[in-house]
Amino acid sequence: MENIYIVRCGESALKGKNKPYFERMLVQRIKKNLKDEAGVTVERVDGLIFVRTPEEIPQEDVLKRVGRVFGVDSISPAVEVPIEGLDAESALDAIGREAVAFMMKQIESRGIKTFKVDAKRADKTFAIQSPDIGKRIGARVLKGCKVLKVDVHEPDCFLYINVRRNFAYLYDKKIAGYGGLPLGTNGRGMVLLSGGIDSPVATFMMAHRGMYMDAVHFHSYPYTSERAFEKVKELAGILTDYCGRIRMFSINLLPIQEQIVQNCPEEETTILVRRFMMRIAEAIAKREGDLMLITGESLGQVASQTAASLVVTDAAVSLPVMRPLIAMDKTQIMDIARDIGTFETSIQPYEDCCTVFLPKHPVTQPKLERIEASESRLDVEALVSQAVESAELIIISQREGI
Amino acid sequence: MFVYLDNSATTQVKPLVAEIMAKTMTEDFGNPSSLHRMGVNAEKILKKARAQVAAALNASPEEIFFTSCGTESDATVLRGVWESRKKQGRRIITTAVEHPAILRNCEQLAREGADVIYLPVNRDCTFDMDAFRSALTPDTILVSVMHVNNEAGSIMPLAQIRSEIDRVNKSILFHTDAVQSFEKLDTDVHKLGVDMLSLSGHKIHACKGIGALYVKKGLHIQPYLLGGGQESNFRSGTENLPAIAGLGEAVRLAEENKQARIAHIADVRCYLKQLLQDNIEDITVNSPEDGVCSVLNVSFLGCRGEVLLHTLEQDDIYVSTGSACSSHKKGSHVLTAMGLSDAQIEGAIRFSFCEDNTREQMDYVCEKLKTAVESQRRLRKAFKR
Repeated sequence: MENIYIVRCGESALKGKNKPYFERMLVQRIKKNLKDEAGVTVERVDGLIFVRTPEEIPQEDVLKRVGRVFGVDSISPAVEVPIEGLDAESALDAIGREAVAFMMKQIESRGIKTFKVDAKRADKTFAIQSPDIGKRIGARVLKGCKVLKVDVHEPDCFLYINVRRNFAYLYDKKIAGYGGLPLGTNGRGMVLLSGGIDSPVATFMMAHRGMYMDAVHFHSYPYTSERAFEKVKELAGILTDYCGRIRMFSINLLPIQEQIVQNCPEEETTILVRRFMMRIAEAIAKREGDLMLITGESLGQVASQTAASLVVTDAAVSLPVMRPLIAMDKTQIMDIARDIGTFETSIQPYEDCCTVFLPKHPVTQPKLERIEASESRLDVEALVSQAVESAELIIISQREGI
Repeated sequence: MFVYLDNSATTQVKPLVAEIMAKTMTEDFGNPSSLHRMGVNAEKILKKARAQVAAALNASPEEIFFTSCGTESDATVLRGVWESRKKQGRRIITTAVEHPAILRNCEQLAREGADVIYLPVNRDCTFDMDAFRSALTPDTILVSVMHVNNEAGSIMPLAQIRSEIDRVNKSILFHTDAVQSFEKLDTDVHKLGVDMLSLSGHKIHACKGIGALYVKKGLHIQPYLLGGGQESNFRSGTENLPAIAGLGEAVRLAEENKQARIAHIADVRCYLKQLLQDNIEDITVNSPEDGVCSVLNVSFLGCRGEVLLHTLEQDDIYVSTGSACSSHKKGSHVLTAMGLSDAQIEGAIRFSFCEDNTREQMDYVCEKLKTAVESQRRLRKAFKR
């Protein structure tokens, strides 16, 4: 026996001529998330994707793994009724029989008392129209399951019927996926990944729009600890559930921080360091073919994220800088972090930037000319290229299991 | 050069200890409770280890109970004494610088109605006898004072505390957490005058997961774990025989040349202290002059202990700090109780020694430390300009 799941692709179905491409990518991602397990098939049929798995693979497992694939709008575990070669009346009879069995199962497992039928005839050549299919199957269920009543407003259980060529499908729920677009349909980006709450969420959100993610992580060892680094690796590991493999470039900022601290005004330390981070990230991004930089900044959250600071930060680079969290509140960001499972790791108390380098009163309204004047005391180009050369690449493979 | 100076956190298991443990796991793996010959053999191993630990404390074997760790021993004492004696009195006296195993359990007993007094300590973490005298009442049920403080290395005057107790009420129970002093000081329970004593295996080159509790003969307190009645009905659970055998062996090795070993450790500690004082400016030695041989706590002013720790680990030198760099964590309760300044707490490093450390290692440590301290000071000075 095998289990069948109907997967609906939301937005990607709307993309005109690109539709087959998006769907092909989606099928590929679903297969990958199911780890190409033996006996699993994933195929596109008329705008829907059908996933078939051996019975041994638990349903929750499949729902979780497929639900994480970007581009998936919703999933339904379904019952398949073969109607190939049957006339409409015999087909309806077969569907009715299965519908009664299906609803009996719902009564046993969930104790439902009311239901509502929602029938659809995807195959317009089927001789009975949708409303009639609904009415007749509904009547058949009422007769077969004496405890059930119809409730069209607040049913305990839906009975969805989808009549297609050769097969009809029965299911009771549509489990929402994350929507978005299949990974890889929107190029590759470079995220500045810290150990905090925000940047993992930003990573998730860009991947959600189909972008492959590379990451760059900055630390100040020995002013930060190895545990902070382990924490970022753990975060990246969680993100691979959604983004697939992540290539993470790790860079020690200490040599640059030392130069800044010794040559520039204390209150400018943070913004100067930010500009260096952007430059380094950009250099690696260009080398690796990343189209844009992504950060977890949110307007006004800290001194380096005021509008004036962001303008000064952006002026250091030419690549577009995407900030998917820019207009979100911390609580909203935290909600997403909890939902995607990064929150608990993010709040571990190992910081990736030592407080030794945090100025007491950082500038919140930096002027570009002043910042540039401070930088003129440093050999920016050499510092950046040294940092880029020293970058250590860590491949974070997609996690096994769930 | 590999230099491990975090022996108060844990120690390297001695090869002979590991050997005996492996044998107890793979060959002599019987359950001491079994009736057959293998059980009898296992019981012999158990007996031998118990005798070894007892001898090191000048106690008798039936006064020694094996536990899973120092924390369990401490918790057993606090819980057991409270449950057995709370009708006679509610006062428990301890110090503000105890291990969390004592402090957290005391806090729990306080929630249940105990009147817990946390004695302050002097600036070098030594015992405040005056504070103790004024806290001690005839209806006190328990006094629990650590033998050696794990962060500062100060030695508490247990024998003197006992005399004070006896002047007030001889039936007040006296416990010590001797995890840091066992095999570094004389832990003769009669000389110390304690009724109960906790110790742990992994601080003396045995493995983690084994501890012991001495309970004076004739003293009955309620057990912490109930079950199959092992350890004379005082600590149920199948005996962790490999670890117990290992603890016995570690004790044997430590007892073998105890005085020479302690003298060597003290020499290395003293040598490092002198080196640091001669070579690095602006430091304070936080450990008392007459502290235990194995602990030296020093503050490097103008530095972050944690940054020094990570700098030293790059040179394969391992130490510990009294506070964490992270703003989420609080500084050490011990250093705070000692009344050290913020700069002292921030810059504190604890060096803790064992017999494997050498003067040569200390030369290396001092050299690396000097560089680390100076570069950090330079950087931070530039920043706060």
